[in-house]
Amino acid sequence: MELDSKIPPGPIAEKWTRFRSTVPLVAPQNKRRLEVIVVGTGLAGASAAASLGELGYHVKCFTFHDSPRRAHSIAAQGGINAAKNYANDGDSIFRLFYDTIKGGDYRAREANVHRMAEVSVNIIDQCVAQGVPFAREYGGLLENRSFGGVQVSRTFYARGQTGQQLLLGAYSALSRQISLGSVKMYNRHEMMDLVLVDGKARGIIVRNLVTGKLERFGAHAVILATGGYGNVYYLSTNAMGSNVSAAWKAVKRGALMANPCFTQIHPTCIPVSGDYQSKLTLMSESLRNDGRVWVPKKMEDVHAIREKKKKATDIPEEDRDYYLERMYPSFGNLVPRDVASRAAKKVCDEGRGVNATGLAVYLDFASAIERFGKSQANVKGIQNPDAATIRKLGEAVISEKYGNLFEMYEKIVGEDPYKTPMMIYPAIHYTMGGLWVDYNLETNIPGLFALGECNFSDHGANRLGASALMQGLADGYFVIPYTIGTFLSKEIRTPATDTASPEFDKVEKDVRDRIDHLLSVQGKQSVESLHRQLGKIMWDHCGMARNREGLEQARIQIRQLRDTFWKEVYVPGKALEFNPELDKANRVADFMELGEMLVVDALDRNESCGGHFREEYQDSEGEALRRDDLYAYVSAWAWNDSNMELTKEALKFENVELKSRSYK
Amino acid sequence: MKLTLKVWRQADPQAKGRFETFSVNANEHMSFLEMFDVLNEELLAEKKEPIAFDHDCREGICGACSMVINGQAHGPLGGTTTCQLHMRHFKDGDIIVVEPFRASAFPVIKDLVVDRSSFDRIIQAGGFISVNTGQAPDGNAIPVERDKAGAAFDAAACIGCGACVAACPNASAMLFTAAKVSHLALLPQGQIERKTRVKNMVNQMDIEGFGKCSNTYACEAECPKEISVDYIARMNREYFAAVIAGE
Repeated sequence: MELDSKIPPGPIAEKWTRFRSTVPLVAPQNKRRLEVIVVGTGLAGASAAASLGELGYHVKCFTFHDSPRRAHSIAAQGGINAAKNYANDGDSIFRLFYDTIKGGDYRAREANVHRMAEVSVNIIDQCVAQGVPFAREYGGLLENRSFGGVQVSRTFYARGQTGQQLLLGAYSALSRQISLGSVKMYNRHEMMDLVLVDGKARGIIVRNLVTGKLERFGAHAVILATGGYGNVYYLSTNAMGSNVSAAWKAVKRGALMANPCFTQIHPTCIPVSGDYQSKLTLMSESLRNDGRVWVPKKMEDVHAIREKKKKATDIPEEDRDYYLERMYPSFGNLVPRDVASRAAKKVCDEGRGVNATGLAVYLDFASAIERFGKSQANVKGIQNPDAATIRKLGEAVISEKYGNLFEMYEKIVGEDPYKTPMMIYPAIHYTMGGLWVDYNLETNIPGLFALGECNFSDHGANRLGASALMQGLADGYFVIPYTIGTFLSKEIRTPATDTASPEFDKVEKDVRDRIDHLLSVQGKQSVESLHRQLGKIMWDHCGMARNREGLEQARIQIRQLRDTFWKEVYVPGKALEFNPELDKANRVADFMELGEMLVVDALDRNESCGGHFREEYQDSEGEALRRDDLYAYVSAWAWNDSNMELTKEALKFENVELKSRSYK
Repeated sequence: MKLTLKVWRQADPQAKGRFETFSVNANEHMSFLEMFDVLNEELLAEKKEPIAFDHDCREGICGACSMVINGQAHGPLGGTTTCQLHMRHFKDGDIIVVEPFRASAFPVIKDLVVDRSSFDRIIQAGGFISVNTGQAPDGNAIPVERDKAGAAFDAAACIGCGACVAACPNASAMLFTAAKVSHLALLPQGQIERKTRVKNMVNQMDIEGFGKCSNTYACEAECPKEISVDYIARMNREYFAAVIAGE
């Protein structure tokens, strides 16, 4: 198969402008005749559905949640990047583009990333106009902060809940279109499969999760904005319901999955505490702005801490190893996520982890509290403040910046992070891989588009902080409304899709058969326990560090587990009812297949880059060894149970020089 | 710790519900929902039907989880969703009664799961600023006073879980609606539609069958985001101003 990325000609800074000036348009009277299905109501889906509705298309929008406001975009804490240069610190569209390409370890497509950087400025404007309550300076203008992996302050934020506020903005725009009748919203409806007619995406089969009934929906085009697949690891920072099924069904119908092994491990999560654990909780990366990461230098201190004979605050300054500051002096605690995660693993592998499991490091705010306290005392004109006053003033500043995160930590762990350092450890957080799309965000199936975390296009092998929100909203508000015209302008004479056609009959039967199969096994293992086993294989062999032997083993184990799943799974209840166990079984069955593809991709990529660290490929200092001569390509995989087929899209770098990524 | 749970079971919206008693072993580090996971795994092992409950992010932000625990929406701990409530706040031998969020505008779907789409319809009635994609001026063209932005944020922190309705003896949605109205009314961007917005949203709230407010302040006490009832007073002022202005 040949992959055409459809990158427009011309210099990088002019591609998008030229594209918009020349893209075929759909006239207003024709838009009214065209139907578009949007699956998912996170930032990408909600913004796409709202924007397409505003343009006059007939949109049908689906979510498995009880309301479009609950998608997991809501949990993003830290912020959203934009090249506004409001901070006057040298930012520009090119610099945001450059940082994203470099941060992604040179495995993303230049043209897509540049476009995202261009529209980033429009996103902020749009969100402000919708009433998103971003942080403000005293003069009433927008406030910015810095984030991991960059040296400018370009991150806009709304306390520790930027994701919720941006999603509420997109949800309000979507709600307005629902009230105007241009978007028809279907809550608690989960996409079960994709229907192709004459090779084009023309509809979906959906399960009404309240009644269990299968329903058919047709359209002229289908947009998937269904998020990432981090839950293949069972324990992740994803929500419990986050799943790969919609994207995976597209893969089973012929779409290609790109770079599935590019998974992001977030360095600052609350460590695992027990077997019952259902998910891991992220502590925003923004905390690394003011928190310092450390472990004790001396093993005797490590043991004393684990045995609770000493507390973190008992360890004197000279006996602490602020290892990120030591290893990466120029970026310090703000190195990108992959680098920070691996460093944490390294010090814990050395035995210096600070909780009972040995898998935790400290994130300490004492220096920041002192620094802010002194500065506040100065502002308030307090001469020679005592330590208690400094502390009180400093804690107030920290509380204003991170209050809700500190509260969340205290609720979960039961310790007060103002008094004692937080304990953190890396966890699976985001998946850079996803459905292969071209410049138009169209998959290799005509009429099937993928937006947001669901596609692969912008983050390469590692995503920078505060860039997921940016990409989701870029795709939904500012890219798809234009690029979908490349497809729909050719469909203006196509009549409404007939959902009584044999194509719909066939796909609906496939869905029904699989549900019946799941219910008929009546085995002894719960869906949850099988999912947990899959997650353990993935984390042990395809997590923060990977090697050939482990991956080969993992592939065998996953296939065995998939067999076990279909022989042993127990799904209670019936098909035609509200049945959360059946919903979960449908999703986990797909993870069993995706997991194998992820491992196959990791095996193929004999290099270390971004979130993909192959132990065989590291330099003498243990840093990732990228192999640009052999692997500067996008791996696009077609599903085949016995032999997955790889198509390569070569990546051309015309505007940035490929360098070994150094944060030292 | 060994706990006794009395949980509301209801097969479907029409069925007559009842309490069912379970005993479960928990430890103090588990969240309340993880304790339910453990119980459900035990039920599945006995081939019994697990208890249905809504949940998703388990970080206290998506607003999906609900449950009235010992008579309180989201349980005994202030400013906390059920998913962030940890078992260290209970003790060995406790009897815990768990019910759905009850309100005629929140019909039960199954067990502890209710239909809260009435909240979506209140937003659809006017909880937005009418600005199409692409129409916005530069972000810094609209300065917002820092304190006002903070007050708008405090209102916007509402996660739409419905605890205020469950806590209210009248099943009123005043706190939810007031938070949404206030968020936009406090910002300069929200001024143009200020009057029609509050009228339409309050009207929709009544159509959905939510009760009236009788100032018990139970909503504020049980709101996991600690939204202040001051916003209800603000919404009342907004509403009367809009109605009296006769627009």
